[in-house]
Amino acid sequence: MAKMTANILRNFFAKRATRLYPIEVRPPFENSRGELYNDIDQCIFCGACALKCPSQCITVDKDQATWFCDPLACVYCGVCVEACPVHCLHQKTTYRPVCVTRETIFQKGVLKEKPKKKAKVVAEG
Amino acid sequence: MAKMTLPFGPQHPVLPEPIHLSLTVEDEIVTQAIPALGYVHRGLEKLVDIRDFNQMVQIVERVCGICSKIHAMCYVQGLEELMKVDVPPRAKYLRVMWSELHRIHSHLLWLGLFADAFGMESLFMQCWRIREKIMDINEATTGARVIVSVNVVGGLRCDVDDTQTRWILSELDEVEREVRRLESTFVNDYTIKKRTCGIGVLSAEKALELGAAGPTLRGSGVAQDMRQLKYAAFDSIDFEPVTALDGDSYSRMKVRYYETLQSIDLVRQAIAKMPDGDIAVKVKGRPEGEILSRVEQPRGELFYYIKGNGTKYLDRVRIRTPTFANIPPLAAMLPGIELADVPIVVLSIDPCISCTER
Repeated sequence: MAKMTANILRNFFAKRATRLYPIEVRPPFENSRGELYNDIDQCIFCGACALKCPSQCITVDKDQATWFCDPLACVYCGVCVEACPVHCLHQKTTYRPVCVTRETIFQKGVLKEKPKKKAKVVAEG
Repeated sequence: MAKMTLPFGPQHPVLPEPIHLSLTVEDEIVTQAIPALGYVHRGLEKLVDIRDFNQMVQIVERVCGICSKIHAMCYVQGLEELMKVDVPPRAKYLRVMWSELHRIHSHLLWLGLFADAFGMESLFMQCWRIREKIMDINEATTGARVIVSVNVVGGLRCDVDDTQTRWILSELDEVEREVRRLESTFVNDYTIKKRTCGIGVLSAEKALELGAAGPTLRGSGVAQDMRQLKYAAFDSIDFEPVTALDGDSYSRMKVRYYETLQSIDLVRQAIAKMPDGDIAVKVKGRPEGEILSRVEQPRGELFYYIKGNGTKYLDRVRIRTPTFANIPPLAAMLPGIELADVPIVVLSIDPCISCTER
């Protein structure tokens, strides 16, 4: 009985274990892997993201300068973000909102030249 | 009374995943149990034909929705051995840390489900409330709650800094305090003992004969754990398998309960002994040859067979999960028990059917 009373008192004065969800939302963690987006102005359409993607949800067309992603097929692993040579792919810390239609991401940009690799300095002599 | 055949599952309130048991009962006593699988087969092994060996890391993680990190770890450890890659020591310790965090949250999830199976809903909620702290640690350190995606061939993708390790340790202190508060209920409660003691007994000889794995085997008194193989950083971490002697549902529950506490200690050890340095090395070449890789999953021994042919696509990946090994012992445990105890016994092996069917 004494043990039970202690438990009741603890629970009575303890703070609430759950949140009042839609009103009170937990702030996301700093490096949470959420929604994927492409900064299309920076994109060079090299296709590294499409090549590395394990779920094959990204299609890049270099000639047309288009970037396509099916967010419902994306597994939010972040492999594409790491593979991107110009760092134009980013992930938000929040998840995508619930959708009622099958929306896809289709972006069209301007084709740019690939950044040239630094020329190797050949030691003379 | 005449014999009756009753279907148990694939949809049943205690089952988180679909398995069908055809139970033959006589006066409410089970005389025979025939399991049937195949409700959630996804053909993940076949994906090696169209995904390269690096992309497969993310795919094998999706074999299990609870211990994803451990699947990926088993796969990359196999490939690293095959390609003769030396993983930096810090990555090994971090792998131990995250795999033990996965074990803690898997066991807490199971303890909750088990409590729900014998009708203690409040206990179920308490277990899952504590588990949420571990999920927060996973999300803060890796970026995702369950499918953490930290492993790559050659090491890891993310590191933890000092602030994060201090925070993990303080959270773990709280988790330990709260798990210990449940000890008197799980281990000494009269109702729980009444529902689980002497139910679904599996002797040590029978467990070994039928090839049981993990807590099902250790609950029968056999101290066998794949972590004794000293993979990752387990060679420098003090570890003794947790065992219980009776071989009944109560013993299996006790093993999992004390393993949760043991894993908290293992995470602390991994953090304390973690050296500084790199977390990944660059991997060159392609896998050629075949290899077997074994690690300890929360449910028991996880086994990967990997065969490479020198190209970026593997020839074969064969996954054998612990639940596959634990189904024959389950079929041996069921005859002789009452029909009302069947859910308890089925849940006591911690069935993960999606893993088994891949």
